Amino acid sequence: MQFDSFSEFLNMGGYGFFVWLSFGITAAAMVAIVIESRLAQKRLVREILAEQARKDRIRGVKSPSSNREQQL
Amino acid sequence: MWKWLHPYAKTERAYVLCNTLLPWFVVTAVLSLSIGTLWGLVFAPADYQQGDSFRIIYIHVPSALLSMSTYVAMAVAAAVGMIWQWRTAYMAMIAIAPVGAVMTFIALVTGAAWGKPMWGTWWVWDARLTSELILLFLYLGVMALYSAFDDKRQGGKAAGVMAIVGVVNIPIIHYSVEWWNTLHQGATITKFDKPSIAPEMLWPLLINLLGFAAFVGAVSLVRMRNEIIRREIHRPWVVLIAKQASK
Repeated sequence: MQFDSFSEFLNMGGYGFFVWLSFGITAAAMVAIVIESRLAQKRLVREILAEQARKDRIRGVKSPSSNREQQL
Repeated sequence: MWKWLHPYAKTERAYVLCNTLLPWFVVTAVLSLSIGTLWGLVFAPADYQQGDSFRIIYIHVPSALLSMSTYVAMAVAAAVGMIWQWRTAYMAMIAIAPVGAVMTFIALVTGAAWGKPMWGTWWVWDARLTSELILLFLYLGVMALYSAFDDKRQGGKAAGVMAIVGVVNIPIIHYSVEWWNTLHQGATITKFDKPSIAPEMLWPLLINLLGFAAFVGAVSLVRMRNEIIRREIHRPWVVLIAKQASK
């Protein structure tokens, strides 16, 4: 342990601002890209399900009457 | 029964491979990053010249190293796609690009925050800093070029050419501190000599290096899966995966 107290740890021998700025932005950037990647995944799944539901709807309209020629 | 799978085997197999690898990368990244960062911030001794400001090394050096090796990985993926006409490789290329861009961004920002107390300036237009900034623009260029095409096959090829040409910047970054007079200090670990750093400072650095590498790998895998889904969105197996994921 290099620091005697927590406030000394935060102070970083007078370089606190620069050290915590670096670690802060690094953590923020890494968390941001993880969240973005996970959100993209969720968005894609939602998109696929919506498209699938649309297809099922169309199929549901078509199949009971069974042929389109009658409707036309 | 499984015959319908055969034509899609490549991307689906890649997807399964991503799934298998991902937990290992995540565990390695979380463990190494927490151990390395804690060790570096709290237990490593302060530098005799730079005091505690040197602790920025534990994110600056790994991210800078990874920004370059990630670029090489991306360019290799682009070359594989170009030579073997393998579109899964282009997907890997475009999955890797944003992760590398983040690493480059981190290297630049932490470098600036370290340069201010040590050199007295956030930024100088010297060889190392400028070539690293160009690396960021190369990443952004690859991403922009890819997204500029509606036909992703064309986009992959165009971005791939840019990624491969940009490799010329990598040795320039690495040797910039030797070729030109620069404020930036020379290599500490990546040289054919004993590392010029004390072991109790080196260990957390190596652990964080592993952690950053695993982080890049993990995020790239997640993005690779996304890219496969995006490109194969109408395939039955992708629809199946989406249905399973929503449960």
